[in-house]
Amino acid sequence: MEFHSTSFLLFAFVTLLLYFTVPKRFQWWILLAANYVFYAFAGLKYLAFLLFTTLVAYVIARWMQQRIDAEDAYVLAHRDTMEKAERKAFRSSEKKKRLHLLLTGLFLTLGLLAVVKYTGFVLSGVRTIWVSMGNRPFSVPTLLLPLGISFYTFQTVGYLIDVYRKKIKAERNLAKFALFVSFFPQLIQGPLSRFGDLGEQLTSPHAFSGSAFGAGLLRVVWGYFKKIVVADTAMIAVRTLVEQSTAYNGVYVFLLILLYSVQIYGDFTGGIDITIGLSEMMGIRLAENFNRPFASRSTKEYWRRWHITMGAWFTDYVFYPLSVSNSMQRLSKWSRAHLGEQIGKRLPVYFATVVTWFLTGLWHGAGMNFIVWGLLNCLVILVSQELQPLYTRFHKRFPGLAERKGWQIFQCVRTFLLMGWIRSLDCYRDVSKTFYLWGTVFTKWNLPALLAGGWLDLGLSVVDWFVLGGGILLIFAVSQLGKREPLRYRLVKRPAVLCLCICILTVLILLFGSYGIGYDASDFIYGQF
Amino acid sequence: MEELLLILKRMHPDVDFETNDDLIGEGVLDSLDIVTLITEINTTFDVAIPAEEVIPENFNSAEAIFAMIERLDEE
Repeated sequence: MEFHSTSFLLFAFVTLLLYFTVPKRFQWWILLAANYVFYAFAGLKYLAFLLFTTLVAYVIARWMQQRIDAEDAYVLAHRDTMEKAERKAFRSSEKKKRLHLLLTGLFLTLGLLAVVKYTGFVLSGVRTIWVSMGNRPFSVPTLLLPLGISFYTFQTVGYLIDVYRKKIKAERNLAKFALFVSFFPQLIQGPLSRFGDLGEQLTSPHAFSGSAFGAGLLRVVWGYFKKIVVADTAMIAVRTLVEQSTAYNGVYVFLLILLYSVQIYGDFTGGIDITIGLSEMMGIRLAENFNRPFASRSTKEYWRRWHITMGAWFTDYVFYPLSVSNSMQRLSKWSRAHLGEQIGKRLPVYFATVVTWFLTGLWHGAGMNFIVWGLLNCLVILVSQELQPLYTRFHKRFPGLAERKGWQIFQCVRTFLLMGWIRSLDCYRDVSKTFYLWGTVFTKWNLPALLAGGWLDLGLSVVDWFVLGGGILLIFAVSQLGKREPLRYRLVKRPAVLCLCICILTVLILLFGSYGIGYDASDFIYGQF
Repeated sequence: MEELLLILKRMHPDVDFETNDDLIGEGVLDSLDIVTLITEINTTFDVAIPAEEVIPENFNSAEAIFAMIERLDEE
């Protein structure tokens, strides 16, 4: 059930209607039922994966919590007789036991994800080596990826680690925990929520609020606009450029980089707008996943503004645990003594950065293009880090330049192009082909062919190009106007806004949605991750 | 506290660590600095800082960092 399908609109309407009409203490039961109905639409067999992850995480977390409670009770009961060193040793030994439980939970939940998502990729690699040794090829099974498994697994893993770290208490009620894991608006493409932020919100009663409902609805409508009008229009040209990549090289690759940036922005931020807007209509506030990413002036900044919850997840649960781990600390001390201060200081951070980006790439998909995408991002970040002294010297030589608007715009454009360039690995899905096509940007001069009408051969008419251009300008305008306070909060203070946005929604769906003649809405890109 | 200030000063000689209370927010300390700082603290104070303590509130000022060291040493 895709967000832009008629069945989803009907489903969301019925869910909202029931949510606000049942007694408040039953609201979370309605949500839980809605989650499982939503998931069942994707295929009943996939429910087994969701239930497995939910049950494993629930049992392991409860087990860890019991140990934590017993540990605290013991320390409290013996606070007058225990020496500091004795207390530390006891806590440390308990933490180790808890770690075994955590590792079991991670092995089971991430193991399931690894099997369904990466078996084909690994076996294909093995087959290539097998065949290169002169053996006969074997067939690789195709496993279907359960809907949203990457998102709910990562959310669950975050929960387990937070319980292990005593950051949150494990949920006692299995149904309430199941609600957190399966919350339907964010099941397909996030954002990746933390139990500490979302758990209680989901189960608390929510009274109907006209302003929250209106603001949420406006955001949903805006999300549909970005997805249907902008992303899906850009997608037509992107698809042509990718499918006929032999013909469309040179400047067309550059055009693809621009168009795919627009497509993925509209697609992903649009989907997240629908998710957050729908939740807001029910009085539930989800974490923001974007903060005007294309206004970033560096790669580091871009990754603090794009897919924020995923970046924070990898920082909190992979990067820091790895870089401050005992083994990394020992490596740092050793390398400082033997390789010098500068290398010793960098080694743990750089190692953790490479691992984090490798895993970020792998999380996005089982393919070499995703791994290379992650490692290229890593390379850009590390090179920027190393060039920092050079930048400082440059700005000392040209004082005041960093504050100039022109320079800042140059930095934004540079970051946008660099990120778009790397992101185009998503499109071709073949590393060597992508590198070859990147090369043609500098070796093939076909700009005249593009300007002489080539742009009209990509599946978009003149009107489509205008719609796309207009849509991009509108997104830019709304983003600029909402710098201080999102525009929808200002609009919702006007009384007629609810009727207005319902009308806009209806018109958009009729004109561009499933009902439109010949229109075929595409799946959300992040849904496949 | 003085030992901590010396470590921080060695990392960024131009920053006034005694008054700045938004080291993370202002981007004075980045991930490289934080990991370096954790290694230094480990060596100087014999206190291991686990990953769950790496949150902005614990690193936003010298005072907050020192409070965290004292707390972890006590626990």
